[in-house]
Amino acid sequence: MQDRMIARAKELLRDGTVNRVLGWKAGEFVYDVTPAVFTTEAELDRDFVYNAFTAANLSKYLIKESKKEGRILAFLKPCDSYSFAQLMKEHRINRENVYIIGIESWGKADIGKIREKGITGITGIEEKDGDFIISTVYRETHTVKKYDVYLEKCKNCKSKKIVVFDELLGAQGERTGSPRFDEVEKLEKMTPDERFAFWRNELSRCIRCNACRNVCPACSCETCVFDNANSGVENKAAASSFEENLFHIIRAYHVAGRCTDCGECSRVCPQGIPLHLLNRKFIKDMNELYGEYQAGEDTDAPHPVINYAPDDCEPSVIYSRGGDAR
Amino acid sequence: MKKTALSNLDALFGRISEKETLYLPVDGKGGAAFAPYAKGKTLTEKLNANRSAKDFFFPQTETLYEERTSGKTLEIEDVREECGDFVLFGVRACDVRSFSILDKVFLSDPADSYYQNRREHGTVVSLACERPEETCFCHAFGIDAAAPEGDVSAWKEEGYLYLRAQSEKGEKLLQTLSDLLEDADEKDVENQILRTRYYLSALPLGKISFEGMKEKDLLAHFHNEKWKSLSEACLGCGACTFVCPTCQCYDVREFDTGKSVRKFRCWDSCMYSDFTLMAHGNSRNSQMERFRQRFMHKLVYFPNNNDGTFGCVGCGRCLQQCPIGMNIVKVEKALEVRDDE
Repeated sequence: MQDRMIARAKELLRDGTVNRVLGWKAGEFVYDVTPAVFTTEAELDRDFVYNAFTAANLSKYLIKESKKEGRILAFLKPCDSYSFAQLMKEHRINRENVYIIGIESWGKADIGKIREKGITGITGIEEKDGDFIISTVYRETHTVKKYDVYLEKCKNCKSKKIVVFDELLGAQGERTGSPRFDEVEKLEKMTPDERFAFWRNELSRCIRCNACRNVCPACSCETCVFDNANSGVENKAAASSFEENLFHIIRAYHVAGRCTDCGECSRVCPQGIPLHLLNRKFIKDMNELYGEYQAGEDTDAPHPVINYAPDDCEPSVIYSRGGDAR
Repeated sequence: MKKTALSNLDALFGRISEKETLYLPVDGKGGAAFAPYAKGKTLTEKLNANRSAKDFFFPQTETLYEERTSGKTLEIEDVREECGDFVLFGVRACDVRSFSILDKVFLSDPADSYYQNRREHGTVVSLACERPEETCFCHAFGIDAAAPEGDVSAWKEEGYLYLRAQSEKGEKLLQTLSDLLEDADEKDVENQILRTRYYLSALPLGKISFEGMKEKDLLAHFHNEKWKSLSEACLGCGACTFVCPTCQCYDVREFDTGKSVRKFRCWDSCMYSDFTLMAHGNSRNSQMERFRQRFMHKLVYFPNNNDGTFGCVGCGRCLQQCPIGMNIVKVEKALEVRDDE
């Protein structure tokens, strides 16, 4: 796949369709790839990489990149294409300035999960069919099933469909029937006290680095209210741990209906907080209360929370669903 | 040198925690983390804690003082309390060295009394690394992960925990544990030390050196064109800063409690858009400038001001945690390449 991508990118640079390419750049190791803009064929040959660790969603970068001079080629995985389409819907992207090649993706690996298996001193990771063959500085070779170490967002992939593209490399996919709401259902079955304790515990690890917010394609405010000294709620340090926890809840509310469930928030959290569960709860609720809706899938579909319909649920639905007043 | 069987570890921890608070890295969700000891808590097998150990001396937030007004008088309340004695067990060589880097900042005249208070009451028991990660490069800064610094240095070898006191505080700690310890021979850990040093040299970053940074002057680094491409993908989050054992920048803020004004300080990150924001505005308006600040601070400004000591200990946390895979090693390698290459 990587070779085909590089070859096509070079063609498009050469024939003037685009003047630069947004992709991933190889790092020190197999896994520390960095999103990067390439402007020459030599750079593509030297540094462009597409492998099991190119998980970073490139769509958010296109807010800025699409405002620059000339057209940029962007390689978008299915999940990235949902984010892109959602940003288009929000008029954040200048579509004419982006040439999209949709690329199939069967899942990306989580280096953290590989480390959790006790594998240390990783010097190489090779892909062989359904396995990763991992070599270490300790002269060991480990064979790990790829699926076992997939990122959460890939294990619970919502769709292999590329929703917006100018051309495709590889096969077009479809919505999957992934069990992505299973964890949410478990939380719903808890008592309010148990659920409160669950989130207090998970969020207690937050170091407020803002990685979740800054990576989130739906968090595209020019200046976040929590960074704005004039907002009165600027929040470099929270007054209490509860206020800290609320940051995540407020953020989840703010992206409700716009979050495509790309899973980047949980991927980047240095403390391993399952932030995606907050967003998935909102998605699940909207599906149940306003009808099936997948943000990013259809740029014309009305946003369930912004649009009014006479048969919308009443706020009291909380009580009829068994919730209590807290 | 002393030793005790690893099966005695719980008794040892129990004894320490009778008199002072004992913190040790334990497994938890999202990785290992330093936590107060309680019976049954065991030392993690992981190489290092997700967050660095600096938190114990330089916490993420702390109240400095409180102000209250009544009529025309302003009352300032010093809310400091004498810190209780505590022991940090299982600190790796990189994090131990980070304390001496923080000392240069917080203990130089005038000493920061908040930091000093904690530093004086803390005893550091380091633990030698046996299986360094591919992201480790502490050796680039003259740190020996096989024989770490600390008030007490410890090794786990062949079913025993070996302990060597290296300071007065360390001697004192081992004395209180003397009935749990037996004499040991330095030779018992020699093999491990040699083995670990071999692994360190064989690591992918085994040969990396930052000394080349000193060959160009400050402005040459500052104006390097590479900062633009290096910082291009930076999200401007603070993950690198907040897991870093040597990042030391803080902000001082006020919080209105309704009855008083609480003056507090909290970690700051040069990656943030409001870093060093002042009345006139911000001196670093682009992410490139903020990104540059982080690496210039560690690799140029800090050594310039501290006899050549770099503000990095090679713990590799930023290599593991950056959401977009950018880190100090990539920066160093990019900057060191000569312009004509």
